[in-house]
Amino acid sequence: MSKVMSRPPASAPPPAAMDADAGSWTLRVRKTWDRVLPMDHLLPHRQPYYVGSWVYVFGVVTIAALVWVVVSGVVLSFMGPQWWHDTGVGHFFNSLHFWSVQMFFIFMVLHLWGQYFMAGWRDGRALTWMIGVVIFGISILTAFTGYLSQLNFDSQYIGISAKDAMDGAGIGAFFNVLNFGQMYGLHVMLLPITVTFIVVVHIVMVRSRGVVKPIGPEGGAAK
Amino acid sequence: MKMLKQEMTQEEYYRGVRMVPYDLVKELFLALAGLGIFVFVLAAAFSSPDVPTVTIQQWAQNDPVDFVSTAAGELAGTTTSAGYGAPYNNAGGEQTWGPFAPQIWFGQRIPIDSANDFVIQPLKYASAGNPGLTTAISTWTSADGDQQTKWVTAYTDALAKATYADGKVSVADGDYGPLPVMMSALLTQGQSGGLDGLLTGAGHFYQVDYTKALLFMGDGNYLFDLADQQNLSGDQWGMMNETGSYPGQTWLWLYTAWYQVWPFTSDTGVLGLNGGNADLGVVVLMTLLTAALALIPLIPILRDIPRWVPIHRLIWRDYYAPKKSAAPARA
Amino acid sequence: MDTPAQYFDWGFIHISYPNLLVIGLMLVLFAIALVAPFPHKSDRDV
Repeated sequence: MSKVMSRPPASAPPPAAMDADAGSWTLRVRKTWDRVLPMDHLLPHRQPYYVGSWVYVFGVVTIAALVWVVVSGVVLSFMGPQWWHDTGVGHFFNSLHFWSVQMFFIFMVLHLWGQYFMAGWRDGRALTWMIGVVIFGISILTAFTGYLSQLNFDSQYIGISAKDAMDGAGIGAFFNVLNFGQMYGLHVMLLPITVTFIVVVHIVMVRSRGVVKPIGPEGGAAK
Repeated sequence: MKMLKQEMTQEEYYRGVRMVPYDLVKELFLALAGLGIFVFVLAAAFSSPDVPTVTIQQWAQNDPVDFVSTAAGELAGTTTSAGYGAPYNNAGGEQTWGPFAPQIWFGQRIPIDSANDFVIQPLKYASAGNPGLTTAISTWTSADGDQQTKWVTAYTDALAKATYADGKVSVADGDYGPLPVMMSALLTQGQSGGLDGLLTGAGHFYQVDYTKALLFMGDGNYLFDLADQQNLSGDQWGMMNETGSYPGQTWLWLYTAWYQVWPFTSDTGVLGLNGGNADLGVVVLMTLLTAALALIPLIPILRDIPRWVPIHRLIWRDYYAPKKSAAPARA
Repeated sequence: MDTPAQYFDWGFIHISYPNLLVIGLMLVLFAIALVAPFPHKSDRDV
């Protein structure tokens, strides 16, 4: 029999101390955390029996791709943006970065298709879906700044063309795609941190709610 | 309808649902290893694209007539950058959609003076020790607007039939004022490679901003012709494409698709949207569509399609299968 | 791999063969994921 059941949080203080702890923000944060994402929800070793399709692995493969994007990216940023043009090893790491980015987008979109046809936003999971779309958008922006950071013909032409979209929308005044320094800084620091943070939020939301139930006869959840 | 917060705990949500062993951490490590190996193989087999940059020097050497025509156009104020408007200058070429004009609203925050930045200032650097060029430059800058327009219009017309030999662009005789001397000097400067450095680094040591050099190159045809050969141009679904035989940015398919269809291919268009403000129009359209994607849980029909399309019946076929008369589900 | 790609044209659609391959493989992969059997742990419940 599964041991999943409610139990009092392990962190409840003894009754005698409760008045003194009543105003504690630390305690309140910890209790909220225990309620929203207790350890056995973050790392459950069992899943509902209907989690039995390969469609369910697209999400974790996307995460794996992101890990390789970041690892290869860290090496590239450590060696500087010119390195991959100058050495064979450098070019190989750029290739790792290029193909892991392709894999990231491929599996993220497959994950989107899967979640769409499963209507994964049901039963209180709408925000999880919305955060997923935000990740998609910011990933596109991250890739865009990456293409601008290549220091090759592609970067030149993408800059010259894309400036019209940025300028037409007004943000070109602040986001200058022809300014390599600005694009590179966004690409290696600000945007990867943002993507990673929102991915963590997305995963926490998935784990705290659990996998959505199959679509029932009236479209809602069923046993 | 519960949209954002689940009002019950997981224990309540899964009550009555049979749970089976499922190793998330092992799955993550398998994914990391499997995908890592696959990416390694792809990188080893196919490498990655790296078409080298085009320099102003190459432009001046390989298409000198285009180079000189572009430079003359900067002085005439007829190039793309000269007529662009915000954020570069106040020439008034901004894209608007009725009263919606964010390009104007955000102002000129990247000041570029095409004629001065791309032609006059670089020539002043080259004029050290060259009295003929110094005179030509001051003849140009001290002439009034009408005189400048006369000279440059005549020169641009003549360039349509220009020839190039021995490092010189030659045109038919005519009254072009100081322009032939200036353009010849700029061409020499370009072909020597000096302009590449001047347009990025003049006046300071470190250089990370390529706005001037790229705007100048973007005013000519050379860069665009090369992009065309690689199918990168806007009317070739270029946003999706990569140099060489590599996959590009397939996720931008819808963004670039709009540039291939009406109203954005038409001069007249509809509702004020046409080729002239296509960039603004497509940004607005794609922002709305992306917002709609995010808000699917709230949009009728779009959120109901998954129920109507039987794909979920394949994904959850164990759940929908007729129940065998086995032991009842145990919590 | 550095020579420009070949393109497939159909109506207003103009797509490189590498891109077409990626999209095609994605559709195939999704279809396979829908039908391929998923290894289940044994049904014994603890």
